[in-house]
Amino acid sequence: MIRAIAVFGVLGIFPLAMQAMDAMFYVSLASRILIYAIAATSLNLVLGYGGMVSFGHAAFFGAGAFVVGIMAVEGVRSAWIAWPAAVAVAALAAFVIGALSLRTRGVYFIMITLAFAQMIYYICVSLKTYGGDDGLSLPGRSTIGIGTLGDDLLWYYVVLAILALVLYGLHRLVHSRFGRVIAAIRENEARAEAIGFPVYRYKLACFVIAGAVGGLAGALIANQSSYVSPSLLHWIQSGTLMIMVILGGVGTLWGGVIGAAVLLGLEHLIADYRIGWLAALAPNYQDHGALAVGIVLLAIVMLAPEGLAGLFSRTREK
Amino acid sequence: MLELRAVSKRYGGVVATDDVTLDVVRGEVHALIGPNGAGKTTLIGQISGVLATEIGRILFNGADITHLPAHARVAAGLARSYQITSIFRRFSVLDNLALAVQARSGSSFRFWRPLLTERALFDEARSIAVDIGLGGREDTPAATLAHGEQRALEVGLALATRPQLVLLDEPMAGMGPQESRAMLALIQHLRRRVSVLLVEHDMEAVFRLADRITVLVNGRVVASGAPAAIRNDPAVRQAYLGEEIAA
Amino acid sequence: MPATLLLEQSLNGLQFGLMLFLLAAGLTLVFGIMDMINLAHGSLYMIGAYFMASFTSATGSFWLGLPLALVATAIVGALLEMSLLRRLYGRDHLTQVLATFAVILIANELVRIVWGSQPVLLNAPPELSGPVTLPGGMPYASYRLAIIAVGAVVALLLYLLVAKTRVGMLVRAGASNREMAIAMGVNIRRLFTIVFALGAALCALAGAMLGPIFAVQVGMGENILILAFVVIVIGGIGSVRGAFVGALLVGIVDTSGRAFLPLFFSTFLPPQFASAAGPAVASILIYLLMAVVLYFRPQGLFPARG
Repeated sequence: MIRAIAVFGVLGIFPLAMQAMDAMFYVSLASRILIYAIAATSLNLVLGYGGMVSFGHAAFFGAGAFVVGIMAVEGVRSAWIAWPAAVAVAALAAFVIGALSLRTRGVYFIMITLAFAQMIYYICVSLKTYGGDDGLSLPGRSTIGIGTLGDDLLWYYVVLAILALVLYGLHRLVHSRFGRVIAAIRENEARAEAIGFPVYRYKLACFVIAGAVGGLAGALIANQSSYVSPSLLHWIQSGTLMIMVILGGVGTLWGGVIGAAVLLGLEHLIADYRIGWLAALAPNYQDHGALAVGIVLLAIVMLAPEGLAGLFSRTREK
Repeated sequence: MLELRAVSKRYGGVVATDDVTLDVVRGEVHALIGPNGAGKTTLIGQISGVLATEIGRILFNGADITHLPAHARVAAGLARSYQITSIFRRFSVLDNLALAVQARSGSSFRFWRPLLTERALFDEARSIAVDIGLGGREDTPAATLAHGEQRALEVGLALATRPQLVLLDEPMAGMGPQESRAMLALIQHLRRRVSVLLVEHDMEAVFRLADRITVLVNGRVVASGAPAAIRNDPAVRQAYLGEEIAA
Repeated sequence: MPATLLLEQSLNGLQFGLMLFLLAAGLTLVFGIMDMINLAHGSLYMIGAYFMASFTSATGSFWLGLPLALVATAIVGALLEMSLLRRLYGRDHLTQVLATFAVILIANELVRIVWGSQPVLLNAPPELSGPVTLPGGMPYASYRLAIIAVGAVVALLLYLLVAKTRVGMLVRAGASNREMAIAMGVNIRRLFTIVFALGAALCALAGAMLGPIFAVQVGMGENILILAFVVIVIGGIGSVRGAFVGALLVGIVDTSGRAFLPLFFSTFLPPQFASAAGPAVASILIYLLMAVVLYFRPQGLFPARG
């Protein structure tokens, strides 16, 4: 609890400091990181806590973004309408995909979630009136009635508040009856069924909740740069979210936040700060930041002490 | 209360259980014995709902449960313990039992209220822990329990769902004499509250506990009746050729 | 609907399907025998295409470049297996997914570093760049016909290998029951490396042959990988026969869908809907196919394991 207050305290003061230093760019970068933190946290619910290796989470993230984008282009710019719509559509997609995919397991499940997500990607890309391959530009950020979200400072605080709500909600969820059942299913699915829990329904509920929160993150990302790219839905994006979850800590409350911060922070550092001696060795090393990410990811995955399965089964937050 | 009628299970050409008809009356301990591979665990699987039953019917308290999913059978009062221990290893003993209690007390589609505030749940789990002989070990992670204690927890999980009938699949598997005695006492203790269908190889325990015995060989019922009759049945002796039946 | 168009699209579908089979065969064997999800399979396809482009331009000959590319990619595959992938056998699927995903990232960047970000040119050999007249009078690209021929021959060889040779028997035994194969005294490590290298060579063949038709660029592996996944889910994991049937199904359905659906829709939908709906539905057609197959056969059409 104290940790949470400290973290949010720092995050709260941070933009004011940036404003004073006339470095608002960092506030914008930070709000982007926080949005991905929400997306990664939603994946952590289904992957880390739920034990379901869903490789199609980007579908819900991107679907939420597209709903906001399409509505904005069609004239519906109010956040009070567009954002819940994004969440609803993402939840519906998660329900349909989950209902079909959760009837399978293991390798099949992973590939089917991947395939269905790719299907949604192709549907969105083929919507030529809404940008198709090039993506969709929004007229501006959503309207909330007071002030304008175009103000980066206000935008940051809105995102921060939503992150705080999401984390608190996850905390309560994990410690609730539902959270305990999900943990049990992850630990021993057969026995959970044998003591009377309809396992399929619980997994599906977990999947839908995670998809819904992913959709919320998508609504926010559409607003972040007033632009929606179909690449948000690509399975590479799903992989990126998974990397964040692994980096940050599978099955932990702050895993999504830490992972997003580390990954996006690293990307930014590599791209924007030239390291002299490295540049002397390889002049355009900065174009190949993904190589570093790949190597770091590989190292973590291969060298994690008990293997990821150990991290993977770490029980609920104390 | 439990009735099996001509229940069979075929896997391609292999017949695992064949035209099995048996019943369990309320309050009895009914033992199911037979050589290895006789189909006992398959039958337990069919009764508990883990294995689908295409041929035959299973009735519980008069209701046809042949096609009811496993979790629904538990809600109806039919619980099962496993031959190969299947517990929640990273959970403590208390959490294991509380989970089973939770399954039978209201919906778990509750997302907000912390579970730890539900005292009644944990109190009941505590009393079950005492019942199965693990009082004082509640906070131990299940994975670190001794084998006998794990088998007790295995039975405890089945009990915690407040069943009317419990299917015990070789509860004494892998136990030494002292642990077996403890398990025997446990089953004697709980037979006052639940009916039991017991699968066991430990003949001493079987003849001590059972009100009736059914013998399964190659998936078929070879004999069924009171222990004394079974002991003297020539077909049973033949099936157990080479194995000693404790007199 | 003109018969020539139908024939042409069928042949295109067959061609695409056969190439998909090359990818899917290696992938399904790795899944089936080693129980490993290998996302980097698409990267081997990409590397094969790039090697092909380089060797072809270095030697000036398509026919010299091809075997060189196959061997080079097989070596890369074997090295990858021995250094990294064999540590992933037996680990949980999440670990395998993330590790091979990391390999994709690394491979993409390495390719970008060596060959640059622009697509690389790979042309069909001059002997095959003209059309051929099929019985019935219809012209068809001779290169595409060559692809069909190569694909069919390799499929046949693969079938003979898996069904008729001792190595093939070991592979099939391993796919259906690994423990049994080990108990039979098979040198599992070597078998795995060989299977993997073979899969890599097949990927390279597909990449090299499809290079002149699709662009040779970074990221080409990811696009086709997902199709290969759909193929083996439909066909059944671990089954080469399933991969074959699945690949042909996917190839034909996908190609025909893209060709005919827009036309089909325009017969009864207003033009602006038809032009949008056509490509959209065509893209998702194979996923719908997968969903339908899975509904009736959750383990695919020919599951290797019982």
